[in-house]
Amino acid sequence: MPRRDDLESVLIIGAGPIVIGQACEFDYSGTQACKALKEEGYRVILVNSNPATIMTDPASADAIYVEPIDWRAIERVIERERPSALLPTMGGQTALNCALDLVRHGVLEQYGVELIAASRAAIDMAEDREQFRNAMREIGLAVPDAGIAHSLQEAWEVQRMVGFPTIVRPSFTLGGTGGGIAYNREEFEDIVSRGLDQSPTTEVLLEESVLGWKEFEMEVVRDRNDNCIIVCSIENVDPMGIHTGDSITVAPAQTLTDKEYQQMRDASIAVLRKIGVDTGGSNVQFATNPEDGRLVVIEMNPRVSRSSALASKATGFPIAKVATKLAIGYTLDELQNEITGGATPASFEPTIDYVVTKVPRFTFEKFPRAEDRLTTQMKSVGEVMAIGRTFQESLQKALRGLETGVDGLTPTFGPVETAEDRARLTHELRMAGSQRLWYVADAFRLGMTRDELADVTAIDSWFLAQIEDLIKAEQAVAAAGSEALDKHRLRALKRKGFSDSRLASLIGLDEAAVRQARHGHGIRPVFKRVDSCAAEFASHTAYMYSTYEEECEADPTDADKIMILGGGPNRIGQGIEFDYCCVHAAFALSEAGFETIMVNCNPETVSTDYDTSDRLYFEPLTLEDVLEIVHREQPGGVIVQYGGQTPLKLARALEAAGVPIIGTSPDSIDLAEDRERFQDLVDRLGLRQPPNRTASTPEEAVALAGEVGYPLVVRPSYVLGGRAMEIVYGEDDLTEYVTQAVEVSNESPILLDRFLDVAVEVDVDCITDGREVIIGGIMEHIEQAGVHSGDSGCALPPYSLSEELQQTLSEQVHQLANALGVVGIMNAQFAIQNGVVYVLEVNPRASRTIPFVSKAIGLPLAKIAAKAMAGIDFRQQQVSVPGRRPYFSVKESVFPFVKFPDADPILGPEMKSTGEVMGTGRTFGEAYAKAQLASGVVIPSRGVAFISVRDPDKPAAVELGHMLLKRGFAIVATGGTAKALSEGGVSCRRVNKVLEGRPHIVDMIKNREISLIVNTTEGKQAIRQSHSIRGEAVRCKVTYYTTIAAAMATCDALDHLDNVVVNRLQDLQAEAAA
Amino acid sequence: MSRVARQVSLHALQIALPVYARQLVQESQELRLTEPALLVLEDGTQFHGTSVGAAGQTVGEVVFNTAMTGYQEILTDPSYFRQIVTLTYPHIGNVGTNIPDFESPRIFAAGLVIRDLSAVVSSWRAETGLAEVLKLGNAVAIADIDTRKLTRIIREKGAQAGCIVAGEAPSAEDALAAARAFPGLEGMDLARDVSTGEPYPWGDGTLWPERESGSDPRVTDFHVVAFDFGIKRNILRLLADQGCRITVVPATTKAGEVMAFAPDGVFLSNGPGDPEPCDYAIDSIRALLDIGVPIFGICLGHQLLALASGADTQKMKFGHHGANQPVVDVDTGRVLITSQNHGFAVAEASLPDNVRATHRSLFDGTLQGIERRDRPAFSFQGHPEASPGPHDLSELFERFVALMHANRASAEAVVKQVGDDLRQ
Repeated sequence: MPRRDDLESVLIIGAGPIVIGQACEFDYSGTQACKALKEEGYRVILVNSNPATIMTDPASADAIYVEPIDWRAIERVIERERPSALLPTMGGQTALNCALDLVRHGVLEQYGVELIAASRAAIDMAEDREQFRNAMREIGLAVPDAGIAHSLQEAWEVQRMVGFPTIVRPSFTLGGTGGGIAYNREEFEDIVSRGLDQSPTTEVLLEESVLGWKEFEMEVVRDRNDNCIIVCSIENVDPMGIHTGDSITVAPAQTLTDKEYQQMRDASIAVLRKIGVDTGGSNVQFATNPEDGRLVVIEMNPRVSRSSALASKATGFPIAKVATKLAIGYTLDELQNEITGGATPASFEPTIDYVVTKVPRFTFEKFPRAEDRLTTQMKSVGEVMAIGRTFQESLQKALRGLETGVDGLTPTFGPVETAEDRARLTHELRMAGSQRLWYVADAFRLGMTRDELADVTAIDSWFLAQIEDLIKAEQAVAAAGSEALDKHRLRALKRKGFSDSRLASLIGLDEAAVRQARHGHGIRPVFKRVDSCAAEFASHTAYMYSTYEEECEADPTDADKIMILGGGPNRIGQGIEFDYCCVHAAFALSEAGFETIMVNCNPETVSTDYDTSDRLYFEPLTLEDVLEIVHREQPGGVIVQYGGQTPLKLARALEAAGVPIIGTSPDSIDLAEDRERFQDLVDRLGLRQPPNRTASTPEEAVALAGEVGYPLVVRPSYVLGGRAMEIVYGEDDLTEYVTQAVEVSNESPILLDRFLDVAVEVDVDCITDGREVIIGGIMEHIEQAGVHSGDSGCALPPYSLSEELQQTLSEQVHQLANALGVVGIMNAQFAIQNGVVYVLEVNPRASRTIPFVSKAIGLPLAKIAAKAMAGIDFRQQQVSVPGRRPYFSVKESVFPFVKFPDADPILGPEMKSTGEVMGTGRTFGEAYAKAQLASGVVIPSRGVAFISVRDPDKPAAVELGHMLLKRGFAIVATGGTAKALSEGGVSCRRVNKVLEGRPHIVDMIKNREISLIVNTTEGKQAIRQSHSIRGEAVRCKVTYYTTIAAAMATCDALDHLDNVVVNRLQDLQAEAAA
Repeated sequence: MSRVARQVSLHALQIALPVYARQLVQESQELRLTEPALLVLEDGTQFHGTSVGAAGQTVGEVVFNTAMTGYQEILTDPSYFRQIVTLTYPHIGNVGTNIPDFESPRIFAAGLVIRDLSAVVSSWRAETGLAEVLKLGNAVAIADIDTRKLTRIIREKGAQAGCIVAGEAPSAEDALAAARAFPGLEGMDLARDVSTGEPYPWGDGTLWPERESGSDPRVTDFHVVAFDFGIKRNILRLLADQGCRITVVPATTKAGEVMAFAPDGVFLSNGPGDPEPCDYAIDSIRALLDIGVPIFGICLGHQLLALASGADTQKMKFGHHGANQPVVDVDTGRVLITSQNHGFAVAEASLPDNVRATHRSLFDGTLQGIERRDRPAFSFQGHPEASPGPHDLSELFERFVALMHANRASAEAVVKQVGDDLRQ
């Protein structure tokens, strides 16, 4: 059946901000969906609150709404746009839940919108644990013993049946949020209570433990003619008990006989038929007992997912695009397999001739108190995928792609001397944390056997044997020394995926020496193509990976080409925003007539869609891997400033190797990043910086601190996302920091900056072609200085800065850009204290805010800058600078604290947010209200507000108190704050701090007596003492602010909560242009 | 290899397997494979790798199979007789081998070409490692070569003759000469070589997964005579699952001998080589068609049914070998993912009026299934018995049983009519 002509327009709901469990993969799927629908001539309407997405680019859809993914906001969109259908399967759990809300509230019925690709009944059956289990039994498939509970009491009844350990799975939550494994009564009550609370239907499933069973996933696509194909099978290296998002996974499955694989295939298809997924892609998860092959179904997702993105990248079969076309009427045989240039239909099962390994990336170091063991609730923030001809090769490529300082199975454990060491190692092996793989390697080094490790880890022997073999090879290299560089041996080692740098450290040489020896032997990787068919058909799609084999299929062209280095795995501080920039570079340079080459290893992204660039190298972003691609391709230019720190830190070495880096020179990058050089520059320009010094020893730090003056911002040099950055208010705090938190040495000095307290912070993004500087936007932070810019909300245009100040900022940015010799993008951060402008830092690269600014002002900054880097200046591009905008855009950050209940949700100089949303409005208050709604913060409109602030915030607290009273809130406050408030004429009730006796504030929060919390603190001790307040606020879902400025903004927002006005992005941008 | 030699290796294998069992799995993990091996194609391309099977030399048509699972089934499928199989999936041997997954008593493939042989075996179903079975089965195998490069050569140039030499100091010249001396499969009758010598009964159903208790196999009393042109055991098992009693007969069995078994249906098996020279089989099938006994053919059996019906077959460039091959059911428009392994195909244009196409490949449009309009006979080019591969077409076995039902009913009706006529 061809395309449906009875539909005229389709509404797509995106996934909103990046959170743990939902990352860029839904930008990838949503972008593909938009493209597929536009190709078919439908009018596409899109809602997504995340501005850092390609799908929200003006060209992606006919009508784009950067608005909260909330049924009330979407009802407004539907009312205005009257779509004929809603496609809910492209935006993850968020979109699916929102679509269900729209159905429940009768919105779709009222406006005659058809739900396509998934019916309400199918979504319910797949997502409702009890319905799902019954359905599986009806088709003769086994499921683990389990029962449903809606209360703790019911939970205990079920628990008696399934025993300990008990798996707790809340219904309708994403990434297993609120779930876990309970080993004892206390944990059980804790996890069940949390799970019930977080399930929108107050429902948890309590399941028999199949911990240690093997875990598999099947990616299935079905069309309306009941044609079913398996796109990919995925095997988890980490067995059942660890969320698949947190597991190392491999495609295709490695340890199934054909009989077992086909049984799983049949079962997957039966599941789709039973659930009623009539068209589209789904993911079915299985566990098998390694002893007897008993197969149980764990769950299914009736939508595209993180795994389907992985499967698409792993096979070259674009699941989201195909699923979209199936949703609007096509059948699989009517669609082409695009990667073979249409030589074959989409109705086949991809077969691959390589191994794909995905390794998750964690950031527990950001959340020191958080439980760092891996469970059924996902905790990783990103992932890297690697392709190799063998598992060993793909695993080692993935590990070095993580950018966590490892270049393979780098030893992590250190010497094992005592029984305690051994016990700790066993603990790490049994109760997996984020480093388990490396501990497994260490255990082999210590002589543990494969059987012992299989017993402790439940990892399949096949994978263990591969790791064991790598360790044996490492030991042989270490023993052989430079003899390991013999041609034959070196080639064998490279075929196992060892990086030059790993070999170098084993032999005791530097990386360059190994590389030189390797090149001397003529050992270089070849590039093979991902073609979905194991070379059975010719593919002209240049989607490639490196391996050490005979034949190279790269087949480079003689075109003018530019290579773009991507951002690698998502992490806190470097995420989708950078991928957005890389994709824009590819689009822009393609428009300008260049051949574009993308290098990246993050499977979630749009940049690694083989459609995005002319050529895609799915490779780790290490010096070695990049140099080999450059060697093969010989690009005319390489862009390093769009992928965040990842490519930037390669800049110098690439330049030294003769790689033509375009845009800002590596020397200019260094000038901006090197403290002393930068300080000289600032002085020369007559600008101001906060007083600062660099210390190489703890003693020096204390001495210099006295010179600079407290409070101080302290951090190790060369970090991203404010890693290990803190504000210290006195010598005690500083001493603790330099002795416990970080290591201070000549190689890793720490930086001391005077902290500008109660200052306004400002971000400015600009682009320059080397002559002209265009200010993209001046963003005024909502949180005051001291909160990492990535965590702070911000407003464009500024809502409180005078024209003069904005003029000053603009002038300083011009000066800095010119002096640094920037070509491309530059971001500058300033603090304004008592009317004085201080330069905090300058980043001569794409910033996190580029997508937000571009959307807000309607100018594609990353594209313009990319063309400028390629030598097309602004005049040639005819760039017109947009005028003043009659609306505000607010960016708000989204945090993962709900996943880390033990971590302190206080904001500070270390970045902790995973994603962001954007809100627009005619006033700052309206824009801020929408940003809050979009970020999932429920602003209470009445009730009791609790205020407890540090001294410098007390004057502002009085103002805030008046604002809250005016809006009908009652106020309670702790002693000092209550006093200040009363003196300022704000009537309030005093409440005990936790240490002051009961009942205290935490009791009130627990009793649900508080609806809004404003709590600012400073100093280590005060922060520790007040942690329980913030922690309880997260647990009880009470809206809280840890900065006074955000609380004030919220008061502004209160006036805009009732009537959400939605704005079409294209209309706003037209207003800006006019 | 002579038939005697084959019988010996078969015997050794069957005895050896259970004996070696799991202990050998453990030992095999430490196996170090260092003997060199060389593959030379008739076009002169050389691949230097490691020997992972028996020492010696083998010659055959080099084909590639893109299935990612089922290496044991592939190696023991008699259809691969005289073919050197390249598996495009790089890791082979991960799950070892086991008795139920043997598709015949021995390895029939002339040789195996892979990227990597797993040093360890991990499967609860495994009884021994692949390397041991290769050695016991006297099969020559080469690993550690760029199998994708080889696949691309075959894709571009078509299936080629090749020679693997495994063992010390292989001579490339000799190997090339041996490869060039290989006559090719066109015109080669191999079914006769791999077929059973004597008829034998078969009654075993599917071994794994075990049938759920309560779902009894369908009980029928049909007797099926199955021609063994190189039959895979899973075909027999699936027929047995349908409740059929089966007699397997040699490829050269005459129609009269078949009818002496009083079959309800006749099955034409898969097998190696060119169907055209199998005139003995074509004659028998023609006679059986005339008799009107229900016939079901698979793979070579399909080609033979077509030839017996007056159609032509042709050699394909590199054939279809994989488990991901889409075919469309011409009547329903449904797409089915099938397991395929064939280097010859029936030319659709040559079909006479009494034969209609029922299935076509969605990869290249080649004919994949036919049905006689005038006789209870149909056939399929791919492998509905899977093993390895998807089960999408397992319904064809039910269709065969339904055909036998219908035939018996109409026969009974005829008998009754004749009886009624006589009484009048």
